[in-house]
Amino acid sequence: MAAPLVLVLVVAVTVRAALFRSSLAEFISERVEVVSPLSSWKRVVEGLSLLDLGVSPYSGAVFHETPLIIYLFHFLIDYAELVFMITDALTAIALYFAIQDFNKVVFKKQKLLLELDQYAPDVAELIRTPMEMRYIPLKVALLQCFPQCYFSCLSDIPVSVPTHLVCPRTPLSPPAAVHTCENEEQSLLDLFLGVCHDVCGKPSGNHLPLLLPSQLLGFHPRSLWLYINVFFYTIPLAIKLKEHPIFFMFIQIAVIAIFKSYPTVGDVALYMAFFPVWNHLYRFLRNIFVLTCIIIVCSLLFPVLWHLWIYAGSANSNFFYAITLTFNVGQILLISDYFYAFLRREYYLTHGLYLTAKDGTEAMLVLK
Amino acid sequence: MGLLSDPVRRRALARLVLRLNAPLCVLSYVAGIAWFLALVFPPLTQRTYMSENAMGSTMVEEQFAGGDRARAFARDFAAHRKKSGALPVAWLERTMRSVGLEVYTQSFSRKLPFPDETHERYMVSGTNVYGILRAPRAASTESLVLTVPCGSDSTNSQAVGLLLALAAHFRGQIYWAKDIVFLVTEHDLLGTEAWLEAYHDVNVTGMQSSPLQGRAGAIQAAVALELSSDVVTSLDVAVEGLNGQLPNLDLLNLFQTFCQKGGLLCTLQGKPEDWTSLDGPLQGLQTLLLMVLRQASGRPHGSHGLFLRYRVEALTLRGINSFRQYKYDLVAVGKALEGMFRKLNHLLERLHQSFFLYLLPGLSRFVSIGLYMPAVGFLLLVLGLKALELWMQLHEAGMGLEEPGGAPGPSVPLPPSQGVGLASLVAPLLISQAMGLALYVLPVLGQHVATQHFPVAEAEAVVLTLLAIYAAGLALPHNTHRVVSTQAPDRGWMALKLVALIYLALQLGCIALTNFSLGFLLATTMVPTAALAKPHGPRTLYAALLVLTSPAATLLGSLFLWRELQEAPLSLAEGWQLFLAALAQGVLEHHTYGALLFPLLSLGLYPCWLLFWNVLFWK
Repeated sequence: MAAPLVLVLVVAVTVRAALFRSSLAEFISERVEVVSPLSSWKRVVEGLSLLDLGVSPYSGAVFHETPLIIYLFHFLIDYAELVFMITDALTAIALYFAIQDFNKVVFKKQKLLLELDQYAPDVAELIRTPMEMRYIPLKVALLQCFPQCYFSCLSDIPVSVPTHLVCPRTPLSPPAAVHTCENEEQSLLDLFLGVCHDVCGKPSGNHLPLLLPSQLLGFHPRSLWLYINVFFYTIPLAIKLKEHPIFFMFIQIAVIAIFKSYPTVGDVALYMAFFPVWNHLYRFLRNIFVLTCIIIVCSLLFPVLWHLWIYAGSANSNFFYAITLTFNVGQILLISDYFYAFLRREYYLTHGLYLTAKDGTEAMLVLK
Repeated sequence: MGLLSDPVRRRALARLVLRLNAPLCVLSYVAGIAWFLALVFPPLTQRTYMSENAMGSTMVEEQFAGGDRARAFARDFAAHRKKSGALPVAWLERTMRSVGLEVYTQSFSRKLPFPDETHERYMVSGTNVYGILRAPRAASTESLVLTVPCGSDSTNSQAVGLLLALAAHFRGQIYWAKDIVFLVTEHDLLGTEAWLEAYHDVNVTGMQSSPLQGRAGAIQAAVALELSSDVVTSLDVAVEGLNGQLPNLDLLNLFQTFCQKGGLLCTLQGKPEDWTSLDGPLQGLQTLLLMVLRQASGRPHGSHGLFLRYRVEALTLRGINSFRQYKYDLVAVGKALEGMFRKLNHLLERLHQSFFLYLLPGLSRFVSIGLYMPAVGFLLLVLGLKALELWMQLHEAGMGLEEPGGAPGPSVPLPPSQGVGLASLVAPLLISQAMGLALYVLPVLGQHVATQHFPVAEAEAVVLTLLAIYAAGLALPHNTHRVVSTQAPDRGWMALKLVALIYLALQLGCIALTNFSLGFLLATTMVPTAALAKPHGPRTLYAALLVLTSPAATLLGSLFLWRELQEAPLSLAEGWQLFLAALAQGVLEHHTYGALLFPLLSLGLYPCWLLFWNVLFWK
């Protein structure tokens, strides 16, 4: 499986290099859907120049990254494009091997439960085979490379880095912990995320006394209620999904992407890259058509309403925020649909696919 | 959320959609057309009113009396222009300086992508002349513009004369709070675009222009004037701008106020208003349709169209000299302009109170966006309903499994996995999009090759290449099937039609939001045939319908309709010539002003239409 992966990476790097040099680069780097105050490359450059002048980068309210990023890019500023490409390629490779590993774990677990007779007799169609799972890691790597390739590479730091640095890190540790407890061998995904946590978990005060951020972005008391949302879901999800840590991590990443303060395309692309892993849930999704339409329509309406607001002078920011809201509603419904599909499959696995009620007629599953 | 999660209600809704689909679609389409036709009647159309307080409550007494001076200037200008053959720059500079303005010039040049047959130009170079009247008491932060576009022919001399006379009159007043720029451009719209780009320090169209030496502050409003006779019978106002953008309605209200005050006859789309006779609504419908056609074409119908892109509200006023009894001289026109500029002088902020998106069934009537959008909404609903029906048909087997027990046992076939369905759609989509790209890029790129091999001029070569590629797209369906391997034949075309319906709905929706007329016009023609297209049934009839409603045919049809509404109907041969000229103009305007009709049709709607053609000829 190495050859297709290498091919995917080569194509992604080529497309990315071509885009960097095209006239699209400037156009995309100005778009609000791609660049946010949290992940804008221009702000990093601004912070670096302030640092060079001996001024604290946090003194102007422009730079909002952690001190580690500044010191990292201080040395890498000349090779920024190469660093982005290498980081994204490494992310793709890490995901590829992690998902491969995960597939092996899933298959092993499934075999164990089959032998232990934990499944109902008529669920043969729901059992996953190695054949259908063969191409999943490649698809995940593909999906991770290309959407990010087109959008986030041009204007901001690769998403994998700031997503893990800026977003709340604590909700991701329960799934990582659960996964480590369950399996003796460390999955690569877990390792990767753990490394990220360690790297950014260093408190800024100890190492770099000169660069204490005077005001952490986003911790205004009123906006606390929105961020608490992210933490609310961790514990109930951990209780419900304690035997499925990777699915838990997927839902948690999606929840973080939804409730993030400055959402961009890169965040959405991050969790959407994992959809091939849950391909087998497709038949249980109920509203996939409506939701796909909502998400596509909202994505297309973003630039149209931006044009109407800024250039035609007729709309205003409310339209733009309404579309963001609709997009988030679509995402929330999509994630809850996947969650429902997952639970439903688990139910079928243990209780049988063709259910009859007590009097022999067909039974319907209703989510209460 | 009960609808999304309750299986009983979902099944009921699914059955409703599947059974009543055709009647619902027809009803929705008819409702959309009927809503549009009802836009001329009172509840949907309102009388216009002045929304900007700063312009409403001031009394202005016009004192312009420079009619003779204007005529003298006009005669001088015409004489000098005839002598030099181009814009008499030196004379204009001298005259503007003598009137008391700060005069500057700007030279510009542009090589058009191919020779323009209607204006007979290819390598264009010219000079704009503009004079700035500085406000005596303000800091030159804001300005107003009065512009006269001068083409290569000898029209608009009286407009230049009136401009100079007005400049002389304005120079003597002390109440100006904004600078006034008097701009005379050469090669009409090209010169205006060069001036605007240099003024705002951008370069969006590849024009080479010298930088401006003198500026006057942010432009609040602009009026473009076109007068070719000493007396006029009516003043026609044009509002439609580039890509269907419209100025703020308050500017039109302002113009209408002064026309009423001065007793001038003002017309919109060439027709005076007449709501009292029985024919009133019919004439309103005629005016409305003319506006829709002009807005849909996306052409700047006058210099004002180019100002709108820079958020400067602008109008074009044209003096018409027809065979009416009562004529007005230049003093009346000058007084109207003086009144307008004095009221614009009072503005504290840019015009933003009134509507930016509206339709005009008459000069004193308008329809706002909230009332006309449902028309296009009903039309797009047809596409949505059809897409929903196709999705449910594609997943009937899947639905049987979702509520298990319907047919227990392994006799229920598994729905094929999503991956196979999507992979077989990629080929038709890519091929259609590639044809669209070829339609966009090849005509202009390949014109020199075409002129070497065929005895045609460049402009003809471009148009003929366009038509050739367009027709070549029709030959495609017989090729894509060898590329695509169909597993379940029925599912293939249904999946393709589903994707094509969603694609069309998305495009028309986005177009309708920015340019309602274009979206509505294309929806009226493309929606019924898109909904009907399928491989079974009377294939030749469907094919004929599909060709008749393709984007190019819509363009041809709307040309005929436009001339019909202007009471100057075309014969077939004339219509065809006009169509070819319109194609050339469309491509040219895309390259010179950035008009979006050509890329939208070639890169967006033509590939989508090709997908439906593919569906129709699916084997």
